[in-house]
Amino acid sequence: MDKLFRYIASTQIWRSIFRHGYPDTPRNRTLAVLSNVVLHLHPVKVRRSGIRLSYTWCMGGLTFFLFLVETITGLLLMFYYRPTAELAYQDIFALREHVPIGVMREVHRWAAHLMVISVWLHMYRVFLTGSYKPPREFNWNVGVILLVITLLLSFTGYLLPWDQLAVWAITVGTNMARATPFLGHEGPGAALISFGGLNFIHAGDDVRFGLLGGRFVGEAALMRFYVLHCVGFPLVAAGLMALHFWRVRKDGGISGPL
Amino acid sequence: MGQLIKDLADWLVEPTRYSILTTALLAAVLIWRKKLTHPIVFGTSMLGILAFFIFAWGDVNFKAIVTKPDNVPILILLISILFFTWLALRRAVLNDERIERGEPTLEGELSKQKVFTWPDLVYIELICMVLFTALLMVWSISIEAPIEEPASQARTPNPSKAPWYFLGLQELLVYFDPWIAGVLLPSFIIIGLCAIPYIDTNPKGNGYYTFKERPFAVSFFMMGFLLLWVSLVIMGTFLRGPNWSFFGVFEYWDPHKLEPMVSVDLSVYFWVKMLGMPRPESPLIREAPGILLLLGYFVAMPPILGRTLFKKMAAEMGPVRFNVMMHLFLWTALVPIKMVLRWTLSLKYFIGIPEWFFNV
Repeated sequence: MDKLFRYIASTQIWRSIFRHGYPDTPRNRTLAVLSNVVLHLHPVKVRRSGIRLSYTWCMGGLTFFLFLVETITGLLLMFYYRPTAELAYQDIFALREHVPIGVMREVHRWAAHLMVISVWLHMYRVFLTGSYKPPREFNWNVGVILLVITLLLSFTGYLLPWDQLAVWAITVGTNMARATPFLGHEGPGAALISFGGLNFIHAGDDVRFGLLGGRFVGEAALMRFYVLHCVGFPLVAAGLMALHFWRVRKDGGISGPL
Repeated sequence: MGQLIKDLADWLVEPTRYSILTTALLAAVLIWRKKLTHPIVFGTSMLGILAFFIFAWGDVNFKAIVTKPDNVPILILLISILFFTWLALRRAVLNDERIERGEPTLEGELSKQKVFTWPDLVYIELICMVLFTALLMVWSISIEAPIEEPASQARTPNPSKAPWYFLGLQELLVYFDPWIAGVLLPSFIIIGLCAIPYIDTNPKGNGYYTFKERPFAVSFFMMGFLLLWVSLVIMGTFLRGPNWSFFGVFEYWDPHKLEPMVSVDLSVYFWVKMLGMPRPESPLIREAPGILLLLGYFVAMPPILGRTLFKKMAAEMGPVRFNVMMHLFLWTALVPIKMVLRWTLSLKYFIGIPEWFFNV
């Protein structure tokens, strides 16, 4: 067995991928991190205090892991899902009825809930260790935006099964937009935006209409939420995550006493 | 005996008492943190909660609400929040003792040493990933994702709830109009979170757990996050049923349960009850008492508090930072203030101008 591993590690194919030996020497451990596109998110060496689970709770890393889980399971779900008012519910229902031991939808949903929790706990930990303090102020802000995007990702995905739970949760959630000051037709100040007794802000053109593409949660809202859920928000989240991780490195790695 | 415990539990989680209890619990934990975060105390309370769960499991209504598939994550949230709050405070207590003795903090001791990312960090990540993959698989196989009847605009389910992470905001709809609960307060939360690093000028407590070196920051954040966000999410999930009426955890969700809601505007209190005259026609004059009261709250409180209670803080932060912080603080405080006034005086609005959709 040992001989076989040794042989595999000596082949040209293996050595073309991994340009270092087994990481048991300082040199090879350094190279293992530096020459790997994923691992080089990390520095070669880290503070001993910074990797203790009792310190970091591993919540940021867990959030990133759950994002990857969501991407993979979401991709698989997209194969079987058509975002139209007639077909959406049928497709989701068929996933349950026709796919033996199908758990992709379950994994996608539970991981999404878990991701919201892990993001909150990550923020909680970062606050309690004062890790937003200089020089990490900007990265805390990136984190806040990522937290909001996580909630929006979950919120837009909530509508897609197109069942009673989905539609009415989104109805309750988006009803708020009606009351946006000045921009919602039931919001304070909306009546001020009028000309000669003609209201410019009404149910057919306020913020809620813009969000839903209609006066109620219908076909247009489904398409909007689908596109945002599968393409828009994940792209923004991925971009901001790259910025977030890069700034963690640039701001001195996992926080620790100065 | 069993019925007595159930009745007591239902009585205790009624919104007013629930809020008082959670507030008192947080205050007690922060004040007596040294004793209350002792592992034995924490372990015993966890066992107590576990015992309550085992006891409550036999109840049909309790089981129905707790095992609802979409409610399982909120149980996870509840347990992890309890655990991590304890962990953080425990480490803060230990660190504060060390600082007092002039020793380095728990983190400070280890931060001098550096270890290789491979294998020390990579293995932690790998084990985390494997464990959570396993957890997700077991969870997904054992609990099916819910799917209800097809969407219909004609039939409104009762209760209609927002996704669980917004239930705190939905709970605030009881006390505030949508433009505050759904638009203004969420915006302030985001703005406030973003502003934290720029208004907190305290250089201490950077990179380690501590309470003593930043008591106000930690208490304020815990009040906002634990009391006004997480605990309202838990309340909205488990204690709010049809018609958004309150239901105890052992209570059947009866859609016909009616809670009389008679609440009165401040203007009625002022003109009708105090002065004994009908309310003036013009909205601005009618609502003048509320407008003056709120203006006074937001304009007068910052300088008053800056000269008395928060004198040191105001001097350290400078006028701009202090005023931004005070306004965020006053908005946060307005939420429990309004809740308490609703419970005690059935106050509906400070300012109620439905003509302009302007109700505070």
